[in-house]
Parts: sequence; C-alpha cells; structure tokens
Amino acid sequence: MQQVNPANAVPVTRGRSGKRFPFGMAFVYLCLSLWALTTIYPLIWIINNSFKSSDEVMDNSFKLAIPPDKLNYTNAFESISIGRAYANSLIMSVSVVLLVLIVAGLAAYILSRFKFRGRNLINSLLVATLLIPTFATVVPVYELLLKWKVVNTYFGLILPQTAGNLSFAILVIAGYLATIPKELEEAAFIDGCNRFNMFTKIFLPVGRPVFASTSIFVFLWSYNDLFSAIIFVNKDSVRPIVALLAQISSQYGTDFGLMAAAVVLTVIPVLIVYLFIQKYIEKGMTEGAIKG
Amino acid sequence: MKGDKNYILAFLLPAFLLLGTFVYYPFLKSFYLSFFRTNGFFNKKFVGLDNYERLFSDDLLGAATLHTLEIMLYVLIFQVGIALVLAVMVDSISKGKQFFRTVFFFPIVISGAAISLLFVLIYNYQFGLLNGIIAKLGFEPILWMSETGSLKAVAVPTVWHYVGFYFVLFLTAMSKIPSDFYEAAKLEGIGGIKKTTMLTIPLILSDIKVVMILAITGTLKIFDFVFILTRGGNGTELLGTYMYKKALVDQNFGYGSTIAIYIVIFGVILSLITNRLLKREEVTY
Repeated sequence: MQQVNPANAVPVTRGRSGKRFPFGMAFVYLCLSLWALTTIYPLIWIINNSFKSSDEVMDNSFKLAIPPDKLNYTNAFESISIGRAYANSLIMSVSVVLLVLIVAGLAAYILSRFKFRGRNLINSLLVATLLIPTFATVVPVYELLLKWKVVNTYFGLILPQTAGNLSFAILVIAGYLATIPKELEEAAFIDGCNRFNMFTKIFLPVGRPVFASTSIFVFLWSYNDLFSAIIFVNKDSVRPIVALLAQISSQYGTDFGLMAAAVVLTVIPVLIVYLFIQKYIEKGMTEGAIKG
Repeated sequence: MKGDKNYILAFLLPAFLLLGTFVYYPFLKSFYLSFFRTNGFFNKKFVGLDNYERLFSDDLLGAATLHTLEIMLYVLIFQVGIALVLAVMVDSISKGKQFFRTVFFFPIVISGAAISLLFVLIYNYQFGLLNGIIAKLGFEPILWMSETGSLKAVAVPTVWHYVGFYFVLFLTAMSKIPSDFYEAAKLEGIGGIKKTTMLTIPLILSDIKVVMILAITGTLKIFDFVFILTRGGNGTELLGTYMYKKALVDQNFGYGSTIAIYIVIFGVILSLITNRLLKREEVTY
C-alpha cells in the first residue's frame, strides 16, 4: 500500500466529477430522483391505503386517507393475532442471521486467506450450490425434520434456512475478505497472533461492512421466505408473519384494506432495522476507505 | 503457517455439516427420487429413466425453458444494466449518496409476494393504476396481462425488485477503488464517460461477473411473481412454477425431482458459459 504524503493527501469524499459537467450532474440527479420515486412511491401508496376501508381502496386508490382510519390495524391485531407472528418471525430470522454470520464467517476466512489443495474445488462447489433451488431439497428436508420431530418448532425453520443461506454468505464474505491487504496479516503474525486471533482481531473488525450487508440480506431472505415457512412451520404458535400474510390474502382475499395493513405491518419493522444497520455500514465503509 | 490444517478443518466443518445435511443430502435424495414415479409420500415405483425420457418430449417444459430464458434476458439487460448505471451515477455524486443508497434498496425489503399483489392492482384492467392513467389521458384501456404481453408484464416487477441488490453490490465494489487511480486519471485528463468505461468498469469486472451469475441463477428460481400474477398462464410458465406444479400440485415428486435436476444442470451450463465469456484476471489492490 502506498504511503499517503500528507502534503498532497486528498480528502476521501467521492465527488470525482467536480466541476466538469454541471449539466451532466443535473441529468444524473434527475435520473436518480426518478428511480428513487419508483422505489418510494409504492410504499407511500400502500401505507396510505392501509388507512382506508376496502371499498374506499377499490374506489380510488390514490386518494389521501383523511382522516386515517385505524380499522384495518385493530382488525389485524385482534382477529389474526399478528403480534405472535411478529415475535416468531423475529426470533427465527435473527437466529438465522447470527448462525449464518458465525458459520459463514469462519468458512469464508479459511477460503479467502489460506492456501490449500482443494480450495478451488470448494469454491466451485459453493457456486454450484447456489444453483440448487429450494424446491429441489424441500421434500427430503421435510422428511428429515419429521424424523427428528422438529417440524413446527423454531429449529424446524432455522436449520434449513441457515443452510440455504450459507453458500451465498460464504462467497460474498470471502470475496470481500480476499481484498484485505496481506500486510495486516503479516504484521499480526510478527506480533505473535495465532490464526484464530487474527480472525477476531483483524478480519472481523475490518470486515464489518460485508458482515453488516450480509446480515441484512440474510435477514430479509429469511423474513420474507414464504415457501419454506408454509411447509415447515405452519402451526399458529410458530408461524412467521409472511405465512400469516399469505393466509390473509387467501382467506380475506377481497379485503384490500386489511391486506394493505398487513403488508405495512410486515414491511415497516424490516425497513426500520434496515435503516439502523445502514448507518453502521456507512461508518464501516468510510473507515475502510482510508488507505495507507 | 504451521497448524493451519487444523484451523482449515475446524472452521470449514460447521458450514459443510449444515450444507451436507440440509442441502447436499436432500438434493441427492431428490436425484434418487427422480427415477421413481411417486404418489404422495410413500408410494414409489422404480421407473428408471422414464422420467428423463418424459423430459425430452415434454412440450410444456420446452415452453417454460424458453420463457425463463426470455426473462433472463430482460433481467440481465435491465436489472443488471440499470443497477450498473445507477451505481456509476451515485458513485460520481458528492451529495445525497446515502439517501439514494437507502432508498434504492426499499423494493428488496418488500417481499416478492407483496410486490406481486401491488402489481396485480396496477395491471388490473378495470380499476388498475396504469389503465386509470391511460383513461384519464383519453385512450383505450390496455389489456396488460394478455397472451403476448404477460411475460413482459411479469418481468417488470421482477426486474424492479432486485435492481437495488445489484446496485449495492456494484457500489460497494466501486467504493473500494482507491482514489489514486482516479487521481492519475484526472492528471491524464481522462474524465466522464471515458473514465467510467476504461477505468471503473474494468476494475470491478470480477464483481460484474459475480452479479451476472447471481442474476442468472436467480432467474431460475423466480416463483412469487409468476405465481401471484398469472399462475403461469398466458405464456408465463417458468421453470420454477412448472416444477412446483408437477411436484407439489400434481404430487408427482418423482417427475418434479427430475425437473429440478434439469433446472440445476441448465443453470450450471449457463454459469459455465458466462464464466468462460467473461474470463479476466483477478484484480486486487
């Protein structure tokens, strides 16, 4: 890594185009804002509609809900016990995230920083694993879970979901860890660290951005995974919120107001969690960007 | 380093134990099942390669394959393309980076099922969003979910859903490029589009490759959108939904497993081709 001479050190803000293309910049901002509109508007639309009765939604889905009507929300909590489903989702998805980060982190560390025979083979194996769709494994996994008597328990969903996320997580984390300069490792070695210490003292902290991003993806995937949820944990006491959502759309299929409220309740907590972790990632990324 | 071997084994073990139990073993079991004709869980009759022969003469499968390839094309061009363009744009601005990053990610937070429901309403012929706007402008309402248009109609939410995902991956890759490169470029007077095509993109080529493979394999798994919007009708049957129909609706796990194997092999071939076409040296800095 080059040493940065303080005399000509440049601040690490990334506005590289500077004054070159003023009209170009305006164009860029325009495009970005248009796309931002398509990502934000549907959320607003659905939050708005969740405060209307179903008839009002069908009548005009764009009218502002004034005054906002809470009927859909009270309905959701009372008649379909959405609170329990929430708790289930959170418990299971957070467990999956933690498990994946630990298991994949260790494996990714090995894959990216050690040289050994068979490394490329394992890499290719992991990529190939990405191609295995859930449907190809679901039935035998169900049989397995039945045999171990964990169907309709938390582990019944946590274990398969963790396994399902591992190949993706390992590849992404390893990809990032591979770009960490060797000098850090060498310095640690000189300082007398063993491999495990190197992992905890160097790679874990330096790899924070990728761990944070991976945890978001894993959490989202686990939280929104409908297919496995309906099959493995469909009983009321353990059912996650997505399964509940699916049931609503079939049972209360024409109550658009209730559906909108259910969707909002499903989506908002994830958004909030996401916004929190975002700050964390941003900090991690700028820390890592200062070289030298 | 000495003693490395123990670490290698110990750290890789948990991962592969989980993968072995919940992915590899079930997958092999499915492969085993593909040689049977099943009826429910417990009735199995060994039929050898019958299921595979059926694959070749199955017109529906051929159609599903073509549809999947078509969507793959849309996904590669639009989803990856837009993600790349957005990443380049956001990387070049100085203010508002964080805002756009956060906001572009929203669609991913919303589950595919919810988005599908949203688009059911948007495409609805009588009171949907699109036809509502068109009617206000004085035109005839369009049947979006028609014979020919349905596949494209399904492609839109599919593409839109995950643009943010690849966008974040690209942006992260771009932000790791050290300033030195850009400084040098500035000194040489290279800027704007030339800088992007000759500097930024080549440096993140390995990430682009990963994203393309993710996009291709992801297309093979598309399910929610087709299922909720069209149930596979009107020329939108994809490999994923077809397999679901055979395995879980018709309860023919044997043939369903055969289709699953077919999908996997198909995916492997496509990935290998992509890998070959984009062969470049790894860049570390």
